Amino acid sequence: MSSSIPAAGVTARGWGWRHSGRKAWAVSDLDVRIEPGERVLLLGASGAGKSTLVHALAGVLGGEEEGEQRGELLIDGRRPEDSRGRVGLVMQDPDSQVILARVGDDVAFGCENLGVPREEIWTRVAESLDAVGLRVPLDHPTEQLSGGQKQRLALAGVLAMHPGLLLLDEPTANLDPDGVVEVREAVARVLDRTHATLVVIEHRVEVWRSLVDRVIILAPGGGVLADGAPDAVLGTQGASLAASGVWVPEFPPAAPIRVTAPTSERLLATEGLSVARSGSGVLQSGIDLSLAVGEALAVTGPNGAGKSTLGLTLAGLLAPAAGRVAAAPRLANGIGSHPIRWKSRELFTRIGTVFQDPEHQFLASTVRDELAIGPRALRLVQPEIDARVDELLTRLRLETLAAANPFTLSGGEKRRLSVATVLATRPRVMVLDEPTFGQDSRTWQELVALLAGLLDEGCSIVAVTHDAELVSALATTTLRFDSRTEVTA
Amino acid sequence: MSAFQPVRGISAIHRLNPIAKLAAPLLLAGALLLTIDWVSASVALALESVLFFRAGLGLRRFWLRTLPVWIAAPFAGLTILLYGRASGHSYFHWVFMNVSDGSISLAVATTLRVLAIGLPGVVLFVTVDPTDLADGLAQVVRLPARFVLGGLAALRLVGLFLDDWRSLELARRARGVADRGRLRRFASQAFALFVLSIRRATKLATAMEARGFGAPIQRTWARDSPFGWREWVLVLIGAAIAAVALTVTIVSGHWNFIAG
Ligand SMILES: Nc1ncnc2c1ncn2[C@@H]1O[C@H](COP(=O)(O)OP(=O)(O)OP(=O)(O)O)[C@@H](O)[C@H]1O
Ligand SMILES: [Mg+2]
Repeated sequence: MSSSIPAAGVTARGWGWRHSGRKAWAVSDLDVRIEPGERVLLLGASGAGKSTLVHALAGVLGGEEEGEQRGELLIDGRRPEDSRGRVGLVMQDPDSQVILARVGDDVAFGCENLGVPREEIWTRVAESLDAVGLRVPLDHPTEQLSGGQKQRLALAGVLAMHPGLLLLDEPTANLDPDGVVEVREAVARVLDRTHATLVVIEHRVEVWRSLVDRVIILAPGGGVLADGAPDAVLGTQGASLAASGVWVPEFPPAAPIRVTAPTSERLLATEGLSVARSGSGVLQSGIDLSLAVGEALAVTGPNGAGKSTLGLTLAGLLAPAAGRVAAAPRLANGIGSHPIRWKSRELFTRIGTVFQDPEHQFLASTVRDELAIGPRALRLVQPEIDARVDELLTRLRLETLAAANPFTLSGGEKRRLSVATVLATRPRVMVLDEPTFGQDSRTWQELVALLAGLLDEGCSIVAVTHDAELVSALATTTLRFDSRTEVTA
Repeated sequence: MSAFQPVRGISAIHRLNPIAKLAAPLLLAGALLLTIDWVSASVALALESVLFFRAGLGLRRFWLRTLPVWIAAPFAGLTILLYGRASGHSYFHWVFMNVSDGSISLAVATTLRVLAIGLPGVVLFVTVDPTDLADGLAQVVRLPARFVLGGLAALRLVGLFLDDWRSLELARRARGVADRGRLRRFASQAFALFVLSIRRATKLATAMEARGFGAPIQRTWARDSPFGWREWVLVLIGAAIAAVALTVTIVSGHWNFIAG
């Protein structure tokens, strides 16, 4: 890859953005200068406006209907909308970035839009795929790539455009530990070749720390909280930054203290369980586990191993492919012992589920209503409903968003809301798929404390997760799946 | 989703420009819709059937993929048989149904017509890859790139619909709202799917925009979409079949102009 592509610089002068429909400014009074070739880690509490800033730099925030702008944001002295091709953006959701059906075509897409001549496109495609280490044939179907591979594909697609500024918005958030390393190595290799400017968002500082030379921390109320070399910023101001939600490795969030020990009173058990999605082969089989009051089972393992499928099966949403899931009388409480046969109304008071994608679960048009659905269905009295909802709103830092539409929340806010909908209902068993995804250290700590509190009160939890901190803070048992051992039915 | 996936292969037919595969059956359809009689469709069908087995599908795939046409054709015929314009001797009459000499011959003509138009259409089209079709529509037919690529990207989303629908169903059961009446449940879930699809489409549009889609620059195409003599041969075959079918019909006195 030619290193002749000049790196791009960024200037923000009093820049701010307010999403339409919101009173508060997502970002305001931002004054920063990022020099060409700098590698910046962008930090800030969940909802501080990191994604908003990065989308603005990529020129995809939209026009006046989408929101209101203040001040000036420039890339090499030009507006982001006029700098197409100078900036490349990789977002956190691997699935929403795949554009075309074949790997080669997908990488070529950006070049085509920029009017690159055909022969040169294919040279660039080959170079980019090589740089990110994605060695599959050009006509390989994109839908058959793993999460980590899809992220590297997105990176290659951006790279082929020869950008001077690379923007990565939590590019590894959905990935297993191997996928995280894969993507980080790919980015490192790319930067060594192109020397482009980098702005990467990631709550977990340690993933990128060795690669960046500057940390900028956005303050939730506007402006910048801290700015400087990673070790200087995280070292000298570490304690105060940690208190405001920044994930400083030296000041980890406090692990919850369990008051009551797990018991042996069983709630849910499986016998010879095999799990499968409808219409596909068995993903995992021979699972024998049991879940008792106060226990938290962590399910870990690589992408695609069938962890979420196990979660949905335990939650009474998918039928077992073989074997059985049995609810103990303490949980079933007068109805049959097969959760899959329970009515929806019977299920949600006993087993609550948080889905991997929060958007599948939202039912209401405001955050407050979303939280009230469960308690209302339990026929609680209004003061009790309000009490539960208000407590969750405050503890999970959603109170200013009570009237917002769930779909417009930031990534981390959506996750907290979807977990909170289950917490509001307080079922005996909770099945949570990546509950701590996208959280800053403060919301993480609060979320984990809430979960620990419920465990103490006699609930039990199944958490599907890549989050090692969550496992060590909460799990009483861990089930690790190895790569999918496909048993074709 | 395998039913939607293009059939891939290495024979000549797979390399032909999708626009030719689109044009040939369209030409044929245009001609066969001028007249409604059993001769023209039979002749076309007879000539086509020689070519079907060279279409790179294989026997099993051929029957599998064309099954809908085989089902649709007699149904169309049956409808015409019962409700078509009556003439001549009437064999059966009940309310609006009337089976007569006229409606019988119309029914036969219709059934054959659906086969003669539907089969080559399906056979040629199942080997078309959507990406190649988009290339052809933009480079050969010169439709606007924005429109063609938007459609192509949206097509990928359709595949996600099924997964989303399934997930929504589970998510609603988990939240305790899945016991309501079938109809209400379906309606509210359909609305949720609609909202979700818009979200997906918006995200995809953002991803495309972030890669320079819609920039005021003359777009280039990474893939060529050649339209050469092979393509013309296919189009000519379509035209020839149409011409023979119509000639035989006129000469044998079966011409029955559709608007007549
Ligand atoms: N499309 C939108 N419409 C309205 N408000 C929005 C929209 N997107 C984000 N917001 C709001 O703007 C604020 C900043 O959101 P942003 O996504 O930039 O946060 P973030 O720092 O990336 O958070 P996270 O770490 O949780 O991803 C939040 O309060 C969020 O609710
Ligand atoms: Mg974000």
